[in-house]
Amino acid sequence: MTDFIEQFGVWGGLGMSLLQILAFAVVLLISLAFLLLMDRKVWAAVQMRKGPNVVGAFGLLQSFADFFKFVFKEVVIPAGADRSLYLLAPLITLILAFVTWAVVPAAPGWVIADLNVGILYLFAMSSLGVYGIIIGGWASNSKYPFLGALRSAAQMVSYEVSIGFIIVTVLLFAGSMNLSDITEMQAGGFWNWNVLSFHAWPMPMFLVMIPMAVIFFISALAETNRPPFDLPEAESELVAGYQVEYSSTPYLLFMVGEYLNIVLMCAMTSILFFGGWNDPFGLDVSDWPYMASHAWYFFWFSAKIVFFFFMFAMVKALVPRYRYDQLMRLGWKIFLPISLAAVALVGAAVVYGPQG
Amino acid sequence: MGRIQQAFRGALLMDFWSAFGLGMRYFFAKKATLNYPFEKGPLSPRFRGQHALRRYPNGEERCIACKLCEAICPAQAITIEAEPRSDGSRRTTRYDIDMTKCIYCGYCEEACPVDAIVEGPNFEFAAETREELFYDKAKLLENGDRWEREIAKNLELDAPYR
Repeated sequence: MTDFIEQFGVWGGLGMSLLQILAFAVVLLISLAFLLLMDRKVWAAVQMRKGPNVVGAFGLLQSFADFFKFVFKEVVIPAGADRSLYLLAPLITLILAFVTWAVVPAAPGWVIADLNVGILYLFAMSSLGVYGIIIGGWASNSKYPFLGALRSAAQMVSYEVSIGFIIVTVLLFAGSMNLSDITEMQAGGFWNWNVLSFHAWPMPMFLVMIPMAVIFFISALAETNRPPFDLPEAESELVAGYQVEYSSTPYLLFMVGEYLNIVLMCAMTSILFFGGWNDPFGLDVSDWPYMASHAWYFFWFSAKIVFFFFMFAMVKALVPRYRYDQLMRLGWKIFLPISLAAVALVGAAVVYGPQG
Repeated sequence: MGRIQQAFRGALLMDFWSAFGLGMRYFFAKKATLNYPFEKGPLSPRFRGQHALRRYPNGEERCIACKLCEAICPAQAITIEAEPRSDGSRRTTRYDIDMTKCIYCGYCEEACPVDAIVEGPNFEFAAETREELFYDKAKLLENGDRWEREIAKNLELDAPYR
């Protein structure tokens, strides 16, 4: 934004920033509609069904039809609910999910806010996301939503700890919290991606980073309340958890926020461990025309997101739900010690390795 | 040993990968979905769907008002009133079936000595109001006229097993 202000003056700069944000949000929401459809299609395919195929060709417009269905329905507010908090909760979820995307670089320079503390910001925002769920569950003034909210609070806090340590391993390699820097440092072929970490050669860091990538992915499942960790909204136990009392547009906002978070986690996995916008062959495209090279970068970034989203969908289709104590055991007794040890190992590699 | 092996399998996500392989096999398997309004599944000739009152080929209605169907109907969905017609034959003046009561057991069809009341192959007769599902004689005869060809075919196919 500061670049824009230098270039176009204060009002022009603000206008350009707004346009940029608008473009980003529109692209994000439209691709979200198709990702949602993909989610449903993947589950359907695993269950030998066809999935939605009536609205538009192959059901491509299904999400838009659902959107209109939600918007035109009546907003039912339970009699005992705290009205203002009840309506605030989905807004918090949605806004935090959107705001987090500000620091995600889709291609070199294609980022709204190139923060130097990008990861800290991202971490702070996704931690705040739990408030939307807790407030929603509490303000509904109903039993199941409250149970769902309690579960989600404990769950999201537990898994944020190990996610934090996993991110620290990446930060140690990159020496920066700027997501663009982290991506750029992984340039030059898939062997340089953090998941294999051949940039630290001769240290065999892939032995540490492959497990870290897997643990990050699993923690991301828990963080976004996806199966097998969807205890807050466990269908067979709590109906829909904190969303039970929600209908119409507030429910839609919860849904969109939740899916934005899921796609964000896919983007995070690809940026932190799988090279972000870098292609796997280490092609040098810096002498290509601006649009061509950026389209190339953007293609690889979105391809990775779609791949991880596919994995999210497959996990939901395949894995049965964890019990609550199993969830806590996995988070505190397995992921936390492993990621702590990984931080120590990566720290040692950075100090005594080729970079140190 | 068992525990170590189990921990090892868990650490390598073996369970997930085998499930993933199975899932991908199903992912590319032929879909079981029937594209319903455009594709329909096969129906047995014995299928018991919407009721119909049949006629003889000369246009005379088959029903002789013996009331066996009314008597056997376990849901008491059938109501019949009868009077001699001007030519002296026994005919129904009223033949009502309450389709909301009917349990589609097919006893009326079995009881009928002249194959007049039958349950045809039609199962797509959902209506927007209850009243539309209280069938009277005219409606049942109309069903018979509309579905006669298929009903006759089904009766013929099923005849060897009766």
